[in-house]
Amino acid sequence: MRVRAAERPCQFAAAGYSPPMTSPTTLFEKIWRQHRIVERDDGQALLWIDRHLCHEGSFHAFDKLARSGRKVRRPDLTFAIADHYVPTRDRAAGARDPEIATMIRLLGENAAANHVRLFGLDDPDQGIVHVVAPELGLTQPGATLVCGDSHTSTHGAFGALAFGIGASEVAHVLATQSLWQKRPRTLRIAVDGRLGAHVAAKDVILAVIARIGADGAAGHVVEYAGEAIRALPMEARMTVCNMTIEAGGRAGMIAPDDTTLNWLHGRRYAPKGADWDAAVAEWRGLTSDPGAAFDREVALDAAGIAPTVTWGTSPEHALPVTATVPDPSNEPDSGRRAALEAALSYMELTPGTPLAGIAVDQVFIGSCTNARLDDLRAAAAVLKDRRAAVPVMVVPGSSAVKRAAEAEGLDRVFRDAGTEWLESGCSMCAATNGDMVAPGLRCASTTNRNFRGRQGPGSRTHLMSPAMAAAAAVTGRITDVRELA
Amino acid sequence: MTPFDTLTAPAVPLRLANVDTDQLLPGRFLRKPRSDGYDNYLFHDVRRDADGALRPDFPVNDPRWAGAPILVADRNFGGGSSREGAVYALVDAGIRAVIAPSFGDIFYSNAIKNGLLPIRLPIEAIERLWDIAEADPSAPLTIDLAAQTVRPANGEPVGFEIDPFHKSCLLAGTDDIDLTLEHADAISAFERSDRAARPWRVPAG
Repeated sequence: MRVRAAERPCQFAAAGYSPPMTSPTTLFEKIWRQHRIVERDDGQALLWIDRHLCHEGSFHAFDKLARSGRKVRRPDLTFAIADHYVPTRDRAAGARDPEIATMIRLLGENAAANHVRLFGLDDPDQGIVHVVAPELGLTQPGATLVCGDSHTSTHGAFGALAFGIGASEVAHVLATQSLWQKRPRTLRIAVDGRLGAHVAAKDVILAVIARIGADGAAGHVVEYAGEAIRALPMEARMTVCNMTIEAGGRAGMIAPDDTTLNWLHGRRYAPKGADWDAAVAEWRGLTSDPGAAFDREVALDAAGIAPTVTWGTSPEHALPVTATVPDPSNEPDSGRRAALEAALSYMELTPGTPLAGIAVDQVFIGSCTNARLDDLRAAAAVLKDRRAAVPVMVVPGSSAVKRAAEAEGLDRVFRDAGTEWLESGCSMCAATNGDMVAPGLRCASTTNRNFRGRQGPGSRTHLMSPAMAAAAAVTGRITDVRELA
Repeated sequence: MTPFDTLTAPAVPLRLANVDTDQLLPGRFLRKPRSDGYDNYLFHDVRRDADGALRPDFPVNDPRWAGAPILVADRNFGGGSSREGAVYALVDAGIRAVIAPSFGDIFYSNAIKNGLLPIRLPIEAIERLWDIAEADPSAPLTIDLAAQTVRPANGEPVGFEIDPFHKSCLLAGTDDIDLTLEHADAISAFERSDRAARPWRVPAG
């Protein structure tokens, strides 16, 4: 097979940006071209990977690497963070389940054997990998970043090309610091106008998924644009990009701007001094050029987005909280009708029931989608001087988020409201560490997946924003937060 | 991995959309070693009722399709998590090919890496395959990867698209790390020139 050499990486002048390309180019295309080591005639490219994040689940890949006698090619670009299996209670005692304890131990052993920096259970910077890497400044504009976790799309909020991979690909990146990728299609999602009061990034992305479907962005890299996206702070941009995978998107991206650079400046692994200036000169060019062509475009009006909740078993089953449970008999296609009926049966919901008012058994505020400081502030603002009517777990996205929240007294708000203030990890989102919703119980959750059994066998999940989850905590029912505010 | 060339075998009709990776392999089994045999966990929760008994109405449990190595499902098969264990569960249970209108992107890549052939067909073709499998559970489908066709017994072949790179990997059963290392010089050259152009990219903290 004929392979042609990579084009020279794009060069940026130290002062200002002078693109070598002639036609208008997308943000995605600029990063793709800069990271292409070889590209085959069939469109497969071998991409250089700038950052590789590992977690406990990467053990299959480390096993594969060890069995083949290979070594980690670039330990300095590889970071290991314990998140999926860490206990959220009694952390000093470690994980009680021996299998779970083994997962955490294996990550440490594999990191040590391969000279990879570990953020383990007792590290002050431990947390969810998609919260920690941005916090530490590891996530940077224009970089390629991968992790054996589908929510790696989060990091695209910085204008990085970031996507989740499976264990075989993790092993490939460990061994070669590169990855074969077929050139994806591009989808621009513009959200214009301004969001209403108490409408959050979570509502935006749920509205997007409801519009285009759980596979609506399959095979695509999504670039989010428009006034409403530009106005979002970094935490909210991460929420939007995080759930791109729930629309089937390979990656989500937002072009870096002053918001991005201000957030990144001074973080531990961000470039410093003259390096920072050189990086910024390049990053300033990381936008889609005016007139750049996307394979598809979708537009939403921000003003039309209400606080949104899911009622079914796919993130595409999302509606404004003011809506009612849909009626499958209105669906003409028999296959889709059967799917809706199955979802309602699993969720034990009756068509026509108002979403607001559905009783929940518990609330989970956490996950890589919605457990950053801004998310906790939004939840605390609703819970302040109120009491939770149902059990609530609050799991900060990282240990640093936990400390920052405590420094401004949010932990007291949560505790005074009768909620549990816990240690950071994936917890009840992935339900791999033992934190689970019991069979048949209904959970209002700030997480990303309402799949059958996602939060535990037989669990029923309603996805919503942190403020909406806090409102559900106060009333014990799905509640329009605008009525509590 | 096992090469894939042709396969003639019955197919399980799975009239379900959004069969996500949590349904294929619930998260709590991800910590199990592969040597356990992930087939024990395939569809673990959705194939059972609340008491843990196998649901007779779930097609994968139906003895009429026992041992059928092809799954035919609705859109967005394998959406969700990146867990390769979802593919291990299918492969360990003897599934060699999954036919659906669309797949989760990461699942699709994981399948290719493990010798499991994902085939995208339009829903109209899928509906015919469901009807055939339900009418005669032993009716074989013939999948010819080289020719990129799926042919029902006594039926016309239906073509499918597959990336040439994926096709060659599946046909040969190659480990793509070996393939990549053929480009070792290009990788090293890229590494040097990128380091020179962007020394600030390497984390300095």
